[in-house]
Amino acid sequence: MNPEFEHLYQALSKVDGFIYPNEIELSWSVLIVLYPFITGLVAGAFILASLERVFNVKSLKPTYVIALLTAFSFMLVATMPLVFHLGQPFRAWEIMITPHLTSAMAIFGFVYLWYLMVVLLLEIWFDYRVDLVIWSKTATGFKRIVYKALSLGSDDISPKSVKLDDKLGYIVTVIGIPSAFLLHGYVGFIFGSIKANPWWSTVMMPIIFLFSAMVSGIALVMVLFIVINYLRKQKIDMLCLDTIAKYLFYIIIIDFTMESLDQIHRFYEAEESFEIISLLISGHLNFTLLIMQIGVGMMLPLGTLGVLQFYKPAAHIRKAIYFVVGILVLIGIFFMRWNVVIGGQLFSKSFLGFTSFKLSLIGSEGFLMASIWLVVPFFILTFLLWLFPPWKKTPVDH
Amino acid sequence: MTEKKTSLSRRNFFKNAGIAAGTLVAATTLPAFDAVLYAAVKRNPKGPWYGIAIDIEKCIGCGTCAKTCKIENDVPQEPFFFRSWVEQYTILKDGSIKVISPNGGIDGFTQSTSADDIEKTFFVPKMCNHCAKSPCVQVCPVGATFETEEGIVLIDEKYCIGCKYCVQACPYGCRYFHPDKHVVDKCTLCFHRVKKGLNPACMDNCPTKARISGDLNDPESAISKFIRTRNVYVLKPHLNTGSKLYYNALNQEVR
Repeated sequence: MNPEFEHLYQALSKVDGFIYPNEIELSWSVLIVLYPFITGLVAGAFILASLERVFNVKSLKPTYVIALLTAFSFMLVATMPLVFHLGQPFRAWEIMITPHLTSAMAIFGFVYLWYLMVVLLLEIWFDYRVDLVIWSKTATGFKRIVYKALSLGSDDISPKSVKLDDKLGYIVTVIGIPSAFLLHGYVGFIFGSIKANPWWSTVMMPIIFLFSAMVSGIALVMVLFIVINYLRKQKIDMLCLDTIAKYLFYIIIIDFTMESLDQIHRFYEAEESFEIISLLISGHLNFTLLIMQIGVGMMLPLGTLGVLQFYKPAAHIRKAIYFVVGILVLIGIFFMRWNVVIGGQLFSKSFLGFTSFKLSLIGSEGFLMASIWLVVPFFILTFLLWLFPPWKKTPVDH
Repeated sequence: MTEKKTSLSRRNFFKNAGIAAGTLVAATTLPAFDAVLYAAVKRNPKGPWYGIAIDIEKCIGCGTCAKTCKIENDVPQEPFFFRSWVEQYTILKDGSIKVISPNGGIDGFTQSTSADDIEKTFFVPKMCNHCAKSPCVQVCPVGATFETEEGIVLIDEKYCIGCKYCVQACPYGCRYFHPDKHVVDKCTLCFHRVKKGLNPACMDNCPTKARISGDLNDPESAISKFIRTRNVYVLKPHLNTGSKLYYNALNQEVR
């Protein structure tokens, strides 16, 4: 036996029922689980930032810049799992230069670039421009050069120019909200438009992806806000934290409703694929879907946050609860992506059986590689927070 | 008043009749809707429009087609990669269905169910359906997989980026990721042979002549006659893929 195929022979021995012979190995592995997870964090964090800026939720102000930098850090990494899962990574650029217009996937590069270059970078730049000018004069050494270069030759710090920055930044944010919706709704469409796969093919998919993205992004910023304040030994702004938690609660309700509607609809219509999907949920996905995604990741946070809307324990207890809830929500959304991507490939398109999936530890699609892509954005964020500390910014009233 | 009302309604009558007649005329110019045979409608005005037909009643499950295909097209020998394979369906008297395809049927089949329990059993050879509205062609982000003028779905292996989106999009499980080439691979209907006027290898080597391929544009071709005279069916017609792989006597349990 060729050792290259050992894992496939193992998978073959675990086939349950009948699958088409080409279906033994999953085409998309953990890296493609990470792709919607990371992209969702970007869109969610950005939408939280927009709440402050566009919808004028003043109490969220302390998280505005953190949310933007978080979105940016994850955005920089979002394409890496995609490129590394390709059979021919060096041909990845073909998607950009010879896109196939009927393919949902071909549009990704453009949506991504639009969002990264036009929305995120511009918004962050307008927000930091004055600070870059000021810091380029006060800082020394390496930092001074970086600030000078990034200020792109501008050195106007007059109130009029600050006002213009604010106005332009506002316009970018207004454009950014539909862009964030587009970014993640689009990721949902990649799965939702595959008619061959009944687990994916639902018109609800983009909407579910969008709301789950908002849930995960808000939870991430909430956790980061707690951690950053803890590390900086600062007293946390509880009003801000309570407000984030309140929005998280609302969005989880919407997300929960949408996902429930999708499943209820699926079960009520009970089409051709109903039996295999019931078996998928009760068998192969019972831990990752019923326990992790719905139980730990949704019901528990929903219940906890719901109670906290009426009963408010002491600040330090609330903070601890919010931290745990944030982590649980992030775990839950990760498993939501897992259940979509991995779950959708476990059953055969013949609807007559299942293959299995075992996450390997090493290799380009292994656990370690996936962990790297999840950890790298936090290093980028730490670096950005060091280089562009939001707490040293000139206060601007949006 | 009364007179005016009458003239108005007469005018309305003519107007409505005109709209109805116009719609009728317009409707007759539209091609007739035929979901199952849709793809068989002439599509390549300049030349042949290929399709495949398989006669389930003739297939003996020897697996020669699958074996021949691997040899002809350098498909890896391991039992995970197939351009062509055979499935054995056994419908038991208790109503349950058993489907197997060990090594794609290359090594033949044995029936493990007792004959007393079997309602019916048959073989279903599978391969790329060369759909006229291929979901796989639709989703390829770079257009590396495409449909030729003759209606054959191919992959440009120098261009495929290996994202495997097409593998997900194919409802029939006909695509696999080639472990050596690191691109997606599938049945080409032996394009290299068809271009020389030969039959695909699986067709030529089928001992019972259960498989035919040919020009759907030519009403006198063997495949056109086969489709006309048999009760043919395509797989998963509800997905509207424009499949051009027609099965004679296909049981509706087959997916």
